[in-house]
Amino acid sequence: MTTTTDRKTKTPIGKPVQVDAPRAVWDLRLYVAGQTPKSVAAFTNLKRICEEHLKGQYHIEVIDLLKQPQLAKGDQILAVPTLVRKLPQPIKKIIGDLSNTERVLVGLDLRPRP
Amino acid sequence: MGKALLVDRGVLAKCPTGIVGLDQITNGGLPRGRPALVCGSAGCGKTLLAIEFIVRGATQFNEPGVFISFEESSEELATNVKSLGFDLDDLIRRKKLAMDFVRVERSEIEETGEYDLEGLFVRINHAIESVKAKRVVLDTIESLFSGLSNTAILRAELRRLFRWLKDKGVTAIITGEKGEGALTRQGIEEYVSDCVIMLDHRVRDQLSTRRLRVVKYRGSTHGTNEYPFIIDEEGLSVLPVTSVGLDHTAATTRISSGIPRLDTMLGGKGFYRGSSILISGTAGTGKSSMAASFAQATCAGGEKVLYFAFEESPSQIMRNMRSIGLNLEPHVKKGLLRFHSSRPTLYGIETHLAVMHKQIEEFQPAVVIVDPVTNMISAGVAQDVRSMLLRLMDYLKSRQITTLMTSLTSAGDALEQSETEISSLIDTWLLVRDIELGGERNRGMYILKSRGMAHSNQIREFVLGRQGVELLDVYLGPAGVLTGSARLAQEAKEQAEQAAAQRELQRQQAEGQAQRKALEAQIAALQAQLVAQSQASEQLRAVEQARAAQQQVERNAMARSRRADIMTAGSGGSRRNGDRK
Repeated sequence: MTTTTDRKTKTPIGKPVQVDAPRAVWDLRLYVAGQTPKSVAAFTNLKRICEEHLKGQYHIEVIDLLKQPQLAKGDQILAVPTLVRKLPQPIKKIIGDLSNTERVLVGLDLRPRP
Repeated sequence: MGKALLVDRGVLAKCPTGIVGLDQITNGGLPRGRPALVCGSAGCGKTLLAIEFIVRGATQFNEPGVFISFEESSEELATNVKSLGFDLDDLIRRKKLAMDFVRVERSEIEETGEYDLEGLFVRINHAIESVKAKRVVLDTIESLFSGLSNTAILRAELRRLFRWLKDKGVTAIITGEKGEGALTRQGIEEYVSDCVIMLDHRVRDQLSTRRLRVVKYRGSTHGTNEYPFIIDEEGLSVLPVTSVGLDHTAATTRISSGIPRLDTMLGGKGFYRGSSILISGTAGTGKSSMAASFAQATCAGGEKVLYFAFEESPSQIMRNMRSIGLNLEPHVKKGLLRFHSSRPTLYGIETHLAVMHKQIEEFQPAVVIVDPVTNMISAGVAQDVRSMLLRLMDYLKSRQITTLMTSLTSAGDALEQSETEISSLIDTWLLVRDIELGGERNRGMYILKSRGMAHSNQIREFVLGRQGVELLDVYLGPAGVLTGSARLAQEAKEQAEQAAAQRELQRQQAEGQAQRKALEAQIAALQAQLVAQSQASEQLRAVEQARAAQQQVERNAMARSRRADIMTAGSGGSRRNGDRK
């Protein structure tokens, strides 16, 4: 799936995302369905975790399934919000509002499983 | 049939499934615009029922469908149902079907914090929109429980999902795996409660039977029994037979048994149309031959016969029957006779009956032959068999189809006892038996019962010859019934006796003739004597007359010479006359 500029730069809350494409090794996708409190929370949490642990090494793509429902099939999304780590391999999925930072870090393989 | 019993007032709109028999049981189909639950254990046919619902909807009722699978990929499904003649790829191309495979891999997923299943809603909605679907299948949504750990969220979301499907106005089938003590593992029947259908795949004595039951149908009448169903190359078909009571009309017309003398024994005209006939006997007594005779005669009359063979293949039957002068092959070619051969142990009795029901519906025969029905009895528990046969018999009678069944009794059993399971269902019961006499085995036949007609009480010997089945009189000798060569000997003896009697008669006749001739000769001789006698007396009289005349002449001459009066001959007073002169 190719990412469009529109998706890359627009976030649910309208702020510009860290764009550092050439150096990005962490390719993250956040699937949401509309701007619900959960999706806003998920994005905020994700942004914070990335800034803390992956500064300058990531890019986030936010996909609103209400606008692009056909994209849900490809990444096997059924719960929202869902964070998909496309790169590095293997694919990882974290569902929920990412409020538990520890579990997000474990899920992203940034910290070994307890 | 079920139809007559289940009368609906048309309050609830129904969505026909197009599945043979199911619409009959549910009295029109699933509740339109509502979700229905189809549950059962693994491998019971849930997915197939669901997919047939979608395919039939798309092809027969012009209602596009969505199939959301949680267990198998779309490709796998398409391959699986190809053998049933369902071309899913084609339906997808024609925008009649949308499929989505929802895969949940627990190992890939980490859960942190709040979430909902809006993603699933979006996917289902997208699929519905893409083909403007009227029907939706979720197969098997419970697998979500193994993929996601927060069951509280899942339950709330599923409840919301079913509500949402209802609001969308789609008719949905939700499949669920049977759980311990509950209809489904996760108890989702709580949320889908309008219509619940349970499928069952039982194996008893190594024979499997599939059954379907409508557990619940809110706002509608429905058949409550367990109905056997089969899955074959045309999909699912449910056998909607129920014992609807004994209200079928009895025909008074007759149908020939194909054996003229048997017809004679049955009040001269044969079986009643639409009646059930049982021929029972030990091995090799000619049951199949009698059945084949009946088939032959019926086909020759231009009517259709469906022959269920559980022991022999069609070609074997045809070969064997040719040896007794019954050529069934032309009837098969003309499409009047159809064989259906299968091993009884292939599946349980219900499945057999479902297959038979389907065949009968397809072929619409006037006569059904089951050869032998005993093998089916061995395919189930006696009680089940009885109830299933009763249902089949009711069905056949309501269709005015004449049924002939053969039944094999083992040599040790009393002939009349072994069939107690079904004997009360039988209208005409013929018994063929071995008669052992004089070192040989022969076949005898008699009518044990035949409802509603005067029938012969005689035992007849029946012979399988080149000309088919023939019934002969049996001789009752001092040693009992005479059959076979004893009968032939008896016949020869009688013939000899008859010939001797004939000869004696001829001899006596000849003798009588001779005597008669002798008498006639005697009569002729006596007559000749009589003639001679009368001639002689005539002569005497003539001589006497001549003499008298001469005497007169002489007397006259004397009188003339004495000058007396002339006297006429014979008159005494001639002298006085002469005196007066």
